Amino acid sequence: MFDAWMMDRVLLATWETIYMVAISTFLSYVFGLPLGVILVVSSDGHILENKAVNQVLGSIVNIMRSIPFIIFLILIIPLTRLIVGTYIGTVASIVPLTLAAIPFVARLVETSLKEIEWGLIEAALSMGANSWQIISKVLLPEALPSLTLGVAITTINLVGYSAMAGIVGGGGLGTLAYYYGYQRYENAIMWVTVIILIILVQLVQMLGDSLAAKISNRRR
Amino acid sequence: MIEVKHLTKIYKTPGQEILALDDVSLQVEDGEIFGIIGLSGAGKSTLIRCINMLEKPTSGKVIINGVEITALEPHELRTARQKIGMIFQHFNLLSSRNVFDNVLFPLEIAGVPKKDAAKRVMELLELVGLADKAKAYPAQLSGGQKQRVGIARALANSPELLLSDEATSALDPQTTRSILGLLKDINKRFNLTILLITHDMNVIKETCDRVAVIAESRIVEVGRVIDIFSNPQTSTSRSFINTVVKRDIPEELLERPEGHAVSGDRRLVSVSFIGKSAGQPLISSMIKKYDVDANILYGNIDRIKDTPFGYLTLELTGPPDQIDEGLLYLKSHGLEVEVLNHV
Ligand SMILES: Nc1ncnc2c1ncn2[C@@H]1O[C@H](COP(=O)(O)OP(=O)(O)OP(=O)(O)O)[C@@H](O)[C@H]1O
Ligand SMILES: [Mg+2]
Repeated sequence: MFDAWMMDRVLLATWETIYMVAISTFLSYVFGLPLGVILVVSSDGHILENKAVNQVLGSIVNIMRSIPFIIFLILIIPLTRLIVGTYIGTVASIVPLTLAAIPFVARLVETSLKEIEWGLIEAALSMGANSWQIISKVLLPEALPSLTLGVAITTINLVGYSAMAGIVGGGGLGTLAYYYGYQRYENAIMWVTVIILIILVQLVQMLGDSLAAKISNRRR
Repeated sequence: MIEVKHLTKIYKTPGQEILALDDVSLQVEDGEIFGIIGLSGAGKSTLIRCINMLEKPTSGKVIINGVEITALEPHELRTARQKIGMIFQHFNLLSSRNVFDNVLFPLEIAGVPKKDAAKRVMELLELVGLADKAKAYPAQLSGGQKQRVGIARALANSPELLLSDEATSALDPQTTRSILGLLKDINKRFNLTILLITHDMNVIKETCDRVAVIAESRIVEVGRVIDIFSNPQTSTSRSFINTVVKRDIPEELLERPEGHAVSGDRRLVSVSFIGKSAGQPLISSMIKKYDVDANILYGNIDRIKDTPFGYLTLELTGPPDQIDEGLLYLKSHGLEVEVLNHV
């Protein structure tokens, strides 16, 4: 059953998964990173303390994070259609994946930035740094190793989410496993998919770990 | 000149208000090393942090060289802060930057052109003796080296004032001495005003010209370090001095030794002498001049910053009027005399 044609399907699906995950990870940071930064700097006693902003953004993030992804996928179909024109296929999947990851990324970034010792921020303030300088020269560089690990975690999460999206026609390895493995009882495909997913996750984690270690070691 | 006028700071926490500074006023002259000493929780950090507005005072003013820091707009305050260097107990160096880039940091903030900035950084690293460590990261440095980087960083924009918040409290005594030496050197070389806070009287003794003693949110005593050492006015000052100078006399000595009666009077006195008079043989000339015997129970000669400072505990015996005159003689020659007991 596992012939050259099937091999091509597997390769294509793997590529689709990587493509979906990579673009959604990237886009989720484009929005999630600033959001996480705002959550931190607007918090109590921080450089741009703002209760209203902090609470509103915090609540939105919490609400989005409490909706299970599989339901979220269906909920935002109208939005996906509006943006992409369809809700089926690889490109369409990027919308729910990105939207679901943004609040997750925001919280990860927030956690990373909150680990930074307040003394460093204070030192920068004492030199006359403005908020933007503190964010760009203190917060982000100091948190870089931890942020890098966050990117790996986000990517791995999105690999899992992308498989879920695949079940509702999102393309990639999820669709492949569902279509051939579940509906046609081709167990081999199912297993191949699982193994590829395991390898992808391992690779991402290893890459993240070694990058973070590299940055930390340089500073040690 | 730094003027602190009626500074009050109340921290409002849920459930309670903490009065950290209570109507504190002081004046620091240009080129002076001014120390603030106090026990933990006295309000030292709050005071020094109000001076560059890291903490916003509840009321009162801080005026640095005529500029009222407490009245500035945020952007004006940022510019003013570039001229107020600060060093910290835990150094607060950026782990993401090497030594060179850490010292470059304040210059980046001030928008100094890259070329000038790089030159300035190397000058500063020379000054603090770390030119060979330019490429090292903070994690690779010892505490003393980290504080040297902190000092170089604080000096980058040629400040008018250097604030030091317990800068040597995390260092061993020997490293402390070398950092204090560096601060004194910088003070002399650039006539830089330094305001430092500490809970260690040794730091005050070695570096400061004047000192303010702070207790329970208030300044209880201000004066030249030498004056406070030789003639402390408050119990807080006295107990700080006692951590450096041995003043407590063993109980036994305060009592009249049993068995051998002394004809006339017997008094224990403490005599402290400063600067020039430390070099004169005043005690022996007193003994010659008056009918008094002196027995030295304890003695020590030390330095307060660059001035010799001596301290003696004497047992004087003789006719009461002779002792009185002897003591007057010592006082007239500039010695501080305190009678510890009168048996
Ligand atoms: N951010 C804050 N919020 C609430 N209370 C504070 C805050 N900072 C300081 N305090 C309180 O204000 C008082 C003075 O604190 P401060 O840090 O100025 O003391 P300190 O003399 O520097 O002590 P230490 O030698 O321990 O550093 C203390 O009672 C402290 O608990
Ligand atoms: Mg303190």
